[in-house]
Amino acid sequence: MTHSGTTKPKGSIAAAPEKIPITLTVNGTEAKLSVAPWTTLLDALRDHLDLTGTKKGCDHGQCGACTVLVDGRRINSCLTLAVMKEGAEVTTVEGLAHNGELHPLQQAFIDHDAFQCGYCTSGQICSAAGLIAEGKAKSADEIRELMSGNICRCGAYPNIVAAIQQAMERS
Amino acid sequence: MIPFQYTRASDVADAIKQIAADPSAKFIAGGTNLLDLIKYDVATPTRLIDISRLPLRNVEETATGGVLIGALVPNTDLAYHPLIEARYPLLSRSILAGASQQLRNMASTGGNLVQRTRCFYFYDATTPCNKREPGSGCSAISGINRINAILGTSQSCIATHPSDMCVALAVLEAIVHVTGPAGARTIAFADFHRLPDNTPQLDTNLEPDEIITAIELPAKGFSTNYSYLKIRDRLSYAFALVSVAAALELDGDTIKEARVALGGVAHKPWRSSAAEVVLRGQRAEASTFANAADILLRRARGFGHNDFKIGLARRAIVRTLGQAARGTPQSISDKKIR
Repeated sequence: MTHSGTTKPKGSIAAAPEKIPITLTVNGTEAKLSVAPWTTLLDALRDHLDLTGTKKGCDHGQCGACTVLVDGRRINSCLTLAVMKEGAEVTTVEGLAHNGELHPLQQAFIDHDAFQCGYCTSGQICSAAGLIAEGKAKSADEIRELMSGNICRCGAYPNIVAAIQQAMERS
Repeated sequence: MIPFQYTRASDVADAIKQIAADPSAKFIAGGTNLLDLIKYDVATPTRLIDISRLPLRNVEETATGGVLIGALVPNTDLAYHPLIEARYPLLSRSILAGASQQLRNMASTGGNLVQRTRCFYFYDATTPCNKREPGSGCSAISGINRINAILGTSQSCIATHPSDMCVALAVLEAIVHVTGPAGARTIAFADFHRLPDNTPQLDTNLEPDEIITAIELPAKGFSTNYSYLKIRDRLSYAFALVSVAAALELDGDTIKEARVALGGVAHKPWRSSAAEVVLRGQRAEASTFANAADILLRRARGFGHNDFKIGLARRAIVRTLGQAARGTPQSISDKKIR
């Protein structure tokens, strides 16, 4: 990285580092953006790409509302620097439906009324998509354990588990 | 977050060169702990050196029958690796007992070792904390110390090491491979983490310009008689109040070899060679396990809110050794403790 423009003399307040150009493939579409090094993937998605389906809950990796899939694996986008994901494929809740048809998990969440306020839902659904891809959960106990990174303060857990079970059976 | 510069390391040598040239820089791999600490103004690096693309992601067998784990192997990949599941199930179980699947997908093996304590006061930059700001005092000793240590504490710090994986690595007597400007060296797991003493700001014996490259597991995996029991305030996705990793080698009912480590109770995974000695040659039964628990907890001391941990740890040790002896390790999804 180099600094352009006026170079400040040494000893003065450090110049803010330059923005860094990165390319991500988001929901199948290539996105070029320029971000400060400290921009999280969550903020890049919401503020730079206007993909506000991914939610900021705690912003500390404790609630799971910001869960997205990066290269097919579920992660907390609030604890991920966008610059570190240069070249990655990102899937958000906006990218799950295909040709106007809801993803089986989205349909299952509707069928089972697996939300109340809905704030955690996009994170729950992305996390469940990661869970199904991992193939490690079979029983309800295992679903509960491997979904424990997604908190639902409304307490819709029984319906969330039922929705995931339905989607799992149909996938 | 505070502004910082960002650079990538092209290889291990470049990473060392970059960190040696800039003492206020930090390595970043998974970032799950470091970015959180930056958000709370607890860590204030001026530059992050991205090591996540270095080729340290292999899990391979060693010539001595062990396994060498690259420092950047994600926690999930390690927990589900066929070699680890088959030969070191204690390690697999301990990893899956920690954090959430999202965090385990991000967190690296090496990073797990150098994560910082979750002591409330360390995380609250408005309070005194000798670990965060040496000499400022310890707020936990006379504060809300329910989660804090009961063993190996000092007048300056009663923080615990938060890792589950490290408790299993202590039992398995892993070897940490590191590289610095002076070259590569290995550190026995027992010597990797430190007790707080008068320097609680130092969690480990890793030098500031060294990088962890791999974790080596010796051949002995205790895959028949083991258990990892984690007691916490909720059933999943919480740090341990007390955890126990136990590994036994049995000859009928007689214990040939025993290893026990405690998590959530000290500044490092807690082992006692004396406790393991009293297990050897004895019958694998509750009274034997209770003797070992007494020795492990001989110098335990509570600070008020965490007094309960002493009795909890005693019972957890006896229970976990029983699970290991019976060959019925604690389930990670069915939370019933049997």
